[in-house]
Amino acid sequence: MTVIEARGLRKVFGTTIALDGVDLRVEEGRILGLIGPNGAGKTTALNAILGLTPYQGELKVLGRDPWTERDQLMRDVCFIADVAVLPRWIRVWQLLDYVAGVHPRFDRRKAEGFLAKTTIGRNSRVRELSKGMVTQLHLAVVMAIDARLLVLDEPTLGLDILYRKQFYDSLLNDYFDRSRTIVATTHQVEEIQNVLTDVMFINRGRIVFDCSMEELESRYLEVMVLPQNVAAARAFKPMHERQVLGRSILLFDLMTLDKVGRQQLVPFGEVRTPGIADLFVAVLGNMQGNQAGQQAQGAA
Amino acid sequence: MNTQSNAMPESPLESQVTAPAPIPATRVLYWSVRRELWENRSVYLAPLAVAAVALFGFSLGSIAGIWEKPLRLNPAQPQVPYDMAAGLMMLTGIVVSVFYCLDALHGERRDRGILFWKSLPVSDLTTVLSKAMIPLVILPLLTFAITVAMQWLMLLLSSAVLLVSGLSVTALWTNLSFLRMSLLLLYHILAAHALWPAPIYCWLLLVSGWPRRATFLWAALPLVAIAGVEQIAFHSWHFAALVGSRLIGAAPTVAMTSPDMFPTDPMTHITPAQFLITPGLWIGLAIAAAFLAAAVRLRRYQGPI
Repeated sequence: MTVIEARGLRKVFGTTIALDGVDLRVEEGRILGLIGPNGAGKTTALNAILGLTPYQGELKVLGRDPWTERDQLMRDVCFIADVAVLPRWIRVWQLLDYVAGVHPRFDRRKAEGFLAKTTIGRNSRVRELSKGMVTQLHLAVVMAIDARLLVLDEPTLGLDILYRKQFYDSLLNDYFDRSRTIVATTHQVEEIQNVLTDVMFINRGRIVFDCSMEELESRYLEVMVLPQNVAAARAFKPMHERQVLGRSILLFDLMTLDKVGRQQLVPFGEVRTPGIADLFVAVLGNMQGNQAGQQAQGAA
Repeated sequence: MNTQSNAMPESPLESQVTAPAPIPATRVLYWSVRRELWENRSVYLAPLAVAAVALFGFSLGSIAGIWEKPLRLNPAQPQVPYDMAAGLMMLTGIVVSVFYCLDALHGERRDRGILFWKSLPVSDLTTVLSKAMIPLVILPLLTFAITVAMQWLMLLLSSAVLLVSGLSVTALWTNLSFLRMSLLLLYHILAAHALWPAPIYCWLLLVSGWPRRATFLWAALPLVAIAGVEQIAFHSWHFAALVGSRLIGAAPTVAMTSPDMFPTDPMTHITPAQFLITPGLWIGLAIAAAFLAAAVRLRRYQGPI
């Protein structure tokens, strides 16, 4: 079952093109990481999915048009933006009362159970809680909602490493199962690499890379090349090369290299699966390189 | 507590099959209004505080009246302080309403809470209606209840003072028909302070959803501009008078026909039938509805600022 389906999604703010024809398809049971530099259009894409902003093009979330059916859609969709979204004046018991009052899929007992594991008092106001505690509170409310799609927009921004780890651990252990779908954006890519099932790179309003984690692991590899082998390894046309502590690290896309298997690269040095962040830099670096090349050709 | 979700099985596959029934719109509206009262405690604290102050002033005068004859309540004309106190309560209601409306759709954008509220299955219509209900329903009823309680305490206090002074309370109790006074007050508050100024409050509510800051300026400037153009072009103040009379609740058949402002003087202005057939009332309500519809539409487009 398809949870999100977008075709030719476009959004323009004045002269800025935030989304430039995005095609997107997310199936049920996936955990998708939407990775991109600042201003790439991540938040705009999520806002369109959540019915917070109008758009051009086709978009269906759980079979509904998010812009015209936001309130019905929100029975099945949950959303955590960065930490400052819970209203600061509200008390914890008021929040629980209100969500229980308006949300048909909210299980208050479950939320109380999650909160019991924290030090958050029922009578505290949100403004009296620390950033980490506000996130815990929001997560407790969201995890007690039996939703089909959870959208996370930089949910752990500004949190210390303990809270960040705890956040994704509880999501995976206490919430996620194969019938739910999660779409997340974050800058702390490494932390969610082992959580994701799919990864998408977005740059300048376009999806530039879309891959499942299994495919990523079988298709891309990174070789820490010994100095004497660098020239030989370069002959295989790595998609990206970087230097770490005097060693060259070459990133290969096996799909573009005919007949080159993992075996042929092993002699050059230590072989491993690249991190999403390194792959991201490689993909975006190549794109910018190509663009610069085209511009140089155009000028010549 | 939501019993349906409690009874739901743990397995998500089954829970999808047994989708819980949607919550009735009235219940969502009820919780949204409660939410407004949690956020804006001034809606009930301000009238309570003013009632306490009025009561304090009245008791000072009453107790002093035991010795100072000029300060003593005149049992033949007892309603004057009651009217003044009720007037003070209504003025408080107007001030609270204006400030509430100007912040209603602005506060949630300012504190980014709108992102949270919009992540819940509550429509923009329900949200805007719940906010409009505060000045149009909740505050008038609250003002009425607090005013009646205050006047009841005033009556007890006056009686006690008369008894201590060795005077009869019979004249006071016969001249001050408490039940009729309360019914007239309820009618006046609903007619002159809820229905009649509805377009003003709905205008303020609409404007609160528009600018990034200075909602008061955006709300007042168009009115000042229209009044100014009218004065310069036609040398008249009809628009300013119209807005002013709407705001202070001077409806034609409610207060204008009477020499004193407040309707506790028996039967002078209780003409509901006449009030209900005033075209101005219905034109005003239609304009109010249009403003609310625009506010609903506007909220769909608005995010945090």
